[in-house]
Amino acid sequence: LPAAVLLKDTKLMDVKLGQLGSWLAMRDFTPGGILGAVRRGYNRYYNKYINVRKGGLGGLSMVLAGYVVLSYMWSYSHVKHERRRKYH
Amino acid sequence: MGLNFFDQFSSPSLLGIPLILIAMTFPALLLPSPDNRWITSRLSTLQLWFINLVTKQLMMPLDKKGHKWALILTSLMIFLLLINLLGLLPYTFTPTTQLSMNLALAFPLWLATILTGLRNQPSASLGHLLPEGTPTPLIPALILIETTSLLIRPLALGVRLTANLTAGHLLIQLISTATIALFSTMPAVSLLTLLVLFLLTVLEVAVAMIQAYVFVLLLSLYLQENI
Repeated sequence: LPAAVLLKDTKLMDVKLGQLGSWLAMRDFTPGGILGAVRRGYNRYYNKYINVRKGGLGGLSMVLAGYVVLSYMWSYSHVKHERRRKYH
Repeated sequence: MGLNFFDQFSSPSLLGIPLILIAMTFPALLLPSPDNRWITSRLSTLQLWFINLVTKQLMMPLDKKGHKWALILTSLMIFLLLINLLGLLPYTFTPTTQLSMNLALAFPLWLATILTGLRNQPSASLGHLLPEGTPTPLIPALILIETTSLLIRPLALGVRLTANLTAGHLLIQLISTATIALFSTMPAVSLLTLLVLFLLTVLEVAVAMIQAYVFVLLLSLYLQENI
Protein backbone atom coordinates (compact mmCIF):
# COMPACT_ATOMS: atom_id res chain seq x y z
CA LEU A 1 0.00 0.00 0.00
CA PRO A 2 1.70 3.28 -1.00
CA ALA A 3 2.07 5.78 1.81
CA ALA A 4 -0.32 8.73 1.56
CA VAL A 5 1.39 11.79 0.12
CA LEU A 6 1.40 14.82 2.38
CA LEU A 7 -0.79 17.69 1.17
CA LYS A 8 2.27 19.88 1.26
CA ASP A 9 4.01 17.87 -1.42
CA THR A 10 1.18 17.33 -3.90
CA LYS A 11 1.30 19.11 -7.20
CA LEU A 12 -1.44 21.56 -8.08
CA MET A 13 -3.07 19.25 -10.59
CA ASP A 14 -3.46 16.51 -7.96
CA VAL A 15 -5.03 18.70 -5.26
CA LYS A 16 -8.74 18.08 -4.75
CA LEU A 17 -11.00 21.12 -4.93
CA GLY A 18 -11.93 20.93 -1.27
CA GLN A 19 -8.26 20.88 -0.25
CA LEU A 20 -7.40 23.89 -2.41
CA GLY A 21 -7.75 26.44 0.38
CA SER A 22 -5.50 24.57 2.80
CA TRP A 23 -3.02 23.83 0.01
CA LEU A 24 -2.75 27.53 -0.82
CA ALA A 25 -2.32 28.38 2.84
CA MET A 26 0.66 26.05 3.06
CA ARG A 27 2.55 27.64 0.13
CA ASP A 28 5.51 29.89 0.76
CA PHE A 29 4.56 33.49 0.04
CA THR A 30 7.66 35.14 1.44
CA PRO A 31 9.74 37.15 -1.08
CA GLY A 32 12.31 34.36 -1.08
CA GLY A 33 9.58 31.84 -1.75
CA ILE A 34 8.09 33.87 -4.59
CA LEU A 35 11.53 34.29 -6.12
CA GLY A 36 12.04 30.54 -5.88
CA ALA A 37 8.73 29.93 -7.60
CA VAL A 38 9.61 32.34 -10.42
CA ARG A 39 12.99 30.71 -10.83
CA ARG A 40 11.42 27.22 -10.95
CA GLY A 41 8.87 28.36 -13.52
CA TYR A 42 11.58 29.93 -15.65
CA ASN A 43 13.72 26.82 -15.47
CA ARG A 44 10.78 24.59 -16.39
CA TYR A 45 9.99 26.65 -19.47
CA TYR A 46 13.64 27.07 -20.43
CA ASN A 47 14.50 23.40 -20.14
CA LYS A 48 11.40 22.26 -21.95
CA TYR A 49 11.43 24.60 -24.94
CA ILE A 50 14.75 26.37 -25.34
CA ASN A 51 17.53 24.32 -23.82
CA VAL A 52 17.01 21.45 -26.26
CA ARG A 53 19.25 20.41 -29.10
CA LYS A 54 16.83 21.27 -31.90
CA GLY A 55 14.78 24.06 -30.40
CA GLY A 56 12.34 25.62 -32.79
CA LEU A 57 10.77 28.99 -33.32
CA GLY A 58 7.86 28.14 -31.02
CA GLY A 59 9.80 28.48 -27.80
CA LEU A 60 10.72 32.08 -28.49
CA SER A 61 7.38 32.96 -30.11
CA MET A 62 5.42 31.92 -27.05
CA VAL A 63 7.45 34.31 -24.93
CA LEU A 64 6.93 37.13 -27.40
CA ALA A 65 3.21 36.43 -27.64
CA GLY A 66 2.99 36.50 -23.86
CA TYR A 67 4.83 39.83 -23.89
CA VAL A 68 2.35 41.26 -26.42
CA VAL A 69 -0.58 40.11 -24.28
CA LEU A 70 1.04 41.60 -21.18
CA SER A 71 1.57 44.93 -22.92
CA TYR A 72 -2.03 44.92 -24.09
CA MET A 73 -3.23 44.37 -20.54
CA TRP A 74 -0.98 47.14 -19.27
CA SER A 75 -2.14 49.69 -21.82
CA TYR A 76 -5.82 48.70 -21.95
CA SER A 77 -7.07 51.94 -20.43
CA HIS A 78 -5.22 53.82 -23.17
CA VAL A 79 -6.20 51.51 -25.99
CA LYS A 80 -9.93 51.34 -25.31
CA HIS A 81 -10.30 54.90 -26.62
CA GLU A 82 -8.96 53.83 -29.99
CA ARG A 83 -11.80 51.48 -30.85
CA ARG A 84 -13.58 51.93 -34.16
CA ARG A 85 -16.72 53.88 -33.34
CA LYS A 86 -18.92 56.29 -35.21
CA TYR A 87 -18.64 59.03 -32.59
CA HIS A 88 -15.58 59.18 -30.37
CA MET B 1 -10.94 65.09 -27.31
CA GLY B 2 -9.94 63.72 -30.70
CA LEU B 3 -7.57 60.88 -31.36
CA ASN B 4 -4.11 61.95 -30.38
CA PHE B 5 -1.40 60.16 -32.30
CA PHE B 6 1.19 60.91 -29.67
CA ASP B 7 -0.58 58.92 -27.01
CA GLN B 8 1.35 55.84 -27.93
CA PHE B 9 4.51 57.42 -26.57
CA SER B 10 3.32 58.02 -23.04
CA SER B 11 4.19 55.15 -20.80
CA PRO B 12 1.00 53.54 -19.49
CA SER B 13 1.01 52.26 -15.95
CA LEU B 14 -1.04 49.61 -14.18
CA LEU B 15 -1.20 49.43 -10.42
CA GLY B 16 1.48 52.09 -10.28
CA ILE B 17 4.01 50.08 -12.26
CA PRO B 18 4.85 51.83 -15.54
CA LEU B 19 5.15 49.69 -18.63
CA ILE B 20 8.54 51.20 -19.43
CA LEU B 21 9.99 49.27 -16.51
CA ILE B 22 8.86 45.95 -17.91
CA ALA B 23 9.87 47.00 -21.43
CA MET B 24 13.42 47.72 -20.31
CA THR B 25 13.93 44.54 -18.30
CA PHE B 26 12.19 42.13 -20.68
CA PRO B 27 15.03 41.87 -23.23
CA ALA B 28 17.17 40.29 -20.53
CA LEU B 29 14.78 37.33 -20.49
CA LEU B 30 15.42 36.64 -24.14
CA LEU B 31 19.15 36.16 -23.68
CA PRO B 32 20.01 32.81 -22.12
CA SER B 33 23.22 32.62 -20.15
CA PRO B 34 25.48 30.13 -21.92
CA ASP B 35 26.21 27.09 -19.78
CA ASN B 36 29.27 24.92 -19.89
CA ARG B 37 28.27 22.62 -22.70
CA TRP B 38 30.10 21.76 -25.84
CA ILE B 39 26.98 21.95 -28.00
CA THR B 40 24.66 24.62 -26.67
CA SER B 41 21.01 25.08 -27.51
CA ARG B 42 20.14 26.85 -30.75
CA LEU B 43 19.29 30.11 -29.03
CA SER B 44 22.58 30.07 -27.12
CA THR B 45 24.53 29.33 -30.29
CA LEU B 46 22.80 32.15 -32.12
CA GLN B 47 23.47 34.52 -29.27
CA LEU B 48 27.14 33.58 -29.00
CA TRP B 49 27.66 33.91 -32.75
CA PHE B 50 26.00 37.30 -32.78
CA ILE B 51 27.96 38.63 -29.82
CA ASN B 52 31.21 37.48 -31.42
CA LEU B 53 30.29 39.20 -34.66
CA VAL B 54 29.38 42.47 -32.96
CA THR B 55 32.42 42.52 -30.71
CA LYS B 56 34.86 41.81 -33.52
CA GLN B 57 33.29 44.46 -35.70
CA LEU B 58 33.36 47.11 -33.00
CA MET B 59 36.76 46.35 -31.56
CA MET B 60 38.74 46.02 -34.77
CA PRO B 61 39.61 49.71 -35.18
CA LEU B 62 40.47 50.14 -31.51
CA ASP B 63 43.86 49.34 -30.02
CA LYS B 64 44.42 47.28 -26.91
CA LYS B 65 43.48 50.03 -24.44
CA GLY B 66 40.13 50.41 -26.13
CA HIS B 67 39.28 46.77 -25.59
CA LYS B 68 38.32 47.61 -22.02
CA TRP B 69 35.20 49.10 -23.55
CA ALA B 70 34.20 45.86 -25.26
CA LEU B 71 31.71 44.77 -22.63
CA ILE B 72 29.81 48.01 -22.32
CA LEU B 73 29.66 48.69 -26.06
CA THR B 74 28.52 45.19 -26.97
CA SER B 75 25.90 45.05 -24.24
CA LEU B 76 24.67 48.51 -25.22
CA MET B 77 24.37 47.38 -28.82
CA ILE B 78 22.38 44.27 -27.91
CA PHE B 79 20.20 46.22 -25.48
CA LEU B 80 19.28 48.86 -28.06
CA LEU B 81 18.78 46.28 -30.80
CA LEU B 82 16.40 44.16 -28.75
CA ILE B 83 14.48 47.13 -27.42
CA ASN B 84 14.01 48.61 -30.88
CA LEU B 85 12.94 45.32 -32.42
CA LEU B 86 10.56 44.44 -29.59
CA GLY B 87 8.91 47.83 -29.98
CA LEU B 88 7.66 46.80 -33.40
CA LEU B 89 5.37 44.14 -31.93
CA PRO B 90 1.75 45.25 -31.46
CA TYR B 91 0.84 47.07 -28.27
CA THR B 92 4.41 47.06 -26.95
CA PHE B 93 6.19 50.11 -25.65
CA THR B 94 9.56 51.26 -26.98
CA PRO B 95 11.61 52.92 -24.27
CA THR B 96 14.01 54.42 -26.82
CA THR B 97 11.30 56.74 -28.08
CA GLN B 98 11.77 58.67 -24.86
CA LEU B 99 14.39 61.36 -25.30
CA SER B 100 15.21 61.14 -21.62
CA MET B 101 16.41 57.59 -21.90
CA ASN B 102 18.51 58.16 -25.02
CA LEU B 103 20.19 61.23 -23.59
CA ALA B 104 20.81 59.31 -20.38
CA LEU B 105 22.63 56.69 -22.44
CA ALA B 106 24.48 59.06 -24.74
CA PHE B 107 25.68 61.77 -22.38
CA PRO B 108 27.65 59.71 -19.83
CA LEU B 109 29.28 57.53 -22.46
CA TRP B 110 30.32 60.49 -24.59
CA LEU B 111 31.61 62.33 -21.54
CA ALA B 112 33.61 59.25 -20.59
CA THR B 113 35.35 59.25 -23.96
CA ILE B 114 36.16 62.97 -23.67
CA LEU B 115 37.50 62.65 -20.14
CA THR B 116 39.58 59.61 -21.09
CA GLY B 117 41.13 61.59 -23.90
CA LEU B 118 41.76 64.68 -21.79
CA ARG B 119 43.31 62.67 -19.02
CA ASN B 120 45.60 60.36 -20.97
CA GLN B 121 46.61 62.48 -23.92
CA PRO B 122 45.43 66.05 -23.35
CA SER B 123 47.36 67.76 -26.13
CA ALA B 124 46.35 65.19 -28.72
CA SER B 125 42.71 65.42 -27.67
CA LEU B 126 42.73 69.18 -27.87
CA GLY B 127 44.62 68.90 -31.13
CA HIS B 128 41.62 67.21 -32.71
CA LEU B 129 39.89 70.56 -32.54
CA LEU B 130 42.02 71.86 -35.40
CA PRO B 131 42.29 69.80 -38.59
CA GLU B 132 45.70 69.69 -40.23
CA GLY B 133 46.55 72.12 -42.96
CA THR B 134 44.03 74.84 -42.27
CA PRO B 135 45.00 78.30 -43.52
CA THR B 136 46.04 80.58 -40.65
CA PRO B 137 43.25 83.21 -40.87
CA LEU B 138 40.64 80.49 -40.53
CA ILE B 139 42.04 79.02 -37.31
CA PRO B 140 39.95 80.91 -34.68
CA ALA B 141 36.70 80.30 -36.53
CA LEU B 142 37.49 76.65 -37.07
CA ILE B 143 38.34 76.09 -33.42
CA LEU B 144 34.97 77.50 -32.44
CA ILE B 145 33.22 75.37 -35.00
CA GLU B 146 35.02 72.20 -33.96
CA THR B 147 34.29 72.87 -30.27
CA THR B 148 30.61 73.31 -31.03
CA SER B 149 30.65 70.15 -33.08
CA LEU B 150 32.26 68.32 -30.18
CA LEU B 151 29.80 69.60 -27.60
CA ILE B 152 26.78 68.81 -29.70
CA ARG B 153 27.69 65.13 -30.17
CA PRO B 154 25.77 63.70 -27.20
CA LEU B 155 22.69 65.69 -28.13
CA ALA B 156 22.97 64.43 -31.69
CA LEU B 157 23.37 60.84 -30.53
CA GLY B 158 20.31 60.97 -28.32
CA VAL B 159 18.08 62.93 -30.62
CA ARG B 160 19.01 60.82 -33.66
CA LEU B 161 17.84 57.63 -31.99
CA THR B 162 14.70 59.22 -30.57
CA ALA B 163 13.69 60.94 -33.76
CA ASN B 164 14.20 57.92 -35.99
CA LEU B 165 12.19 55.59 -33.84
CA THR B 166 9.44 58.08 -33.00
CA ALA B 167 9.02 59.02 -36.65
CA GLY B 168 8.84 55.38 -37.66
CA HIS B 169 6.19 54.51 -35.09
CA LEU B 170 4.14 57.58 -35.96
CA LEU B 171 4.26 56.77 -39.67
CA ILE B 172 3.10 53.23 -39.03
CA GLN B 173 0.20 54.49 -36.96
CA LEU B 174 -0.79 57.15 -39.49
CA ILE B 175 -0.68 54.85 -42.50
CA SER B 176 -2.59 52.10 -40.75
CA THR B 177 -5.25 54.61 -39.71
CA ALA B 178 -5.46 55.76 -43.32
CA THR B 179 -5.79 52.18 -44.56
CA ILE B 180 -8.67 51.42 -42.22
CA ALA B 181 -10.42 54.70 -42.94
CA LEU B 182 -10.14 54.26 -46.71
CA PHE B 183 -11.34 50.68 -46.67
CA SER B 184 -15.05 51.47 -46.60
CA THR B 185 -15.00 54.03 -49.42
CA MET B 186 -12.16 53.13 -51.81
CA PRO B 187 -10.89 49.57 -51.31
CA ALA B 188 -8.37 49.80 -54.16
CA VAL B 189 -6.61 52.80 -52.65
CA SER B 190 -6.78 51.06 -49.32
CA LEU B 191 -4.96 48.10 -50.79
CA LEU B 192 -2.26 50.39 -52.11
CA THR B 193 -1.90 51.93 -48.68
CA LEU B 194 -1.66 48.46 -47.23
CA LEU B 195 1.26 47.74 -49.55
CA VAL B 196 2.93 50.96 -48.37
CA LEU B 197 2.35 49.85 -44.80
CA PHE B 198 3.99 46.52 -45.45
CA LEU B 199 7.04 48.14 -47.02
CA LEU B 200 7.20 50.63 -44.18
CA THR B 201 7.22 47.84 -41.63
CA VAL B 202 10.15 46.21 -43.39
CA LEU B 203 11.90 49.58 -43.35
CA GLU B 204 11.18 49.97 -39.66
CA VAL B 205 12.78 46.64 -38.87
CA ALA B 206 15.86 47.74 -40.76
CA VAL B 207 15.89 51.16 -39.11
CA ALA B 208 15.59 49.59 -35.69
CA MET B 209 18.72 47.55 -36.27
CA ILE B 210 20.64 50.28 -38.04
CA GLN B 211 19.99 52.95 -35.45
CA ALA B 212 21.25 50.75 -32.64
CA TYR B 213 24.38 50.02 -34.65
CA VAL B 214 24.97 53.66 -35.54
CA PHE B 215 24.69 54.73 -31.92
CA VAL B 216 27.31 52.31 -30.76
CA LEU B 217 29.53 52.81 -33.79
CA LEU B 218 29.69 56.55 -33.30
CA LEU B 219 30.55 56.06 -29.67
CA SER B 220 33.39 53.75 -30.63
CA LEU B 221 34.58 56.34 -33.14
CA TYR B 222 34.64 59.01 -30.48
CA LEU B 223 36.55 56.57 -28.36
CA GLN B 224 39.10 55.95 -31.09
CA GLU B 225 39.94 59.60 -31.26
CA ASN B 226 40.46 59.87 -27.57
CA ILE B 227 41.94 56.64 -26.30
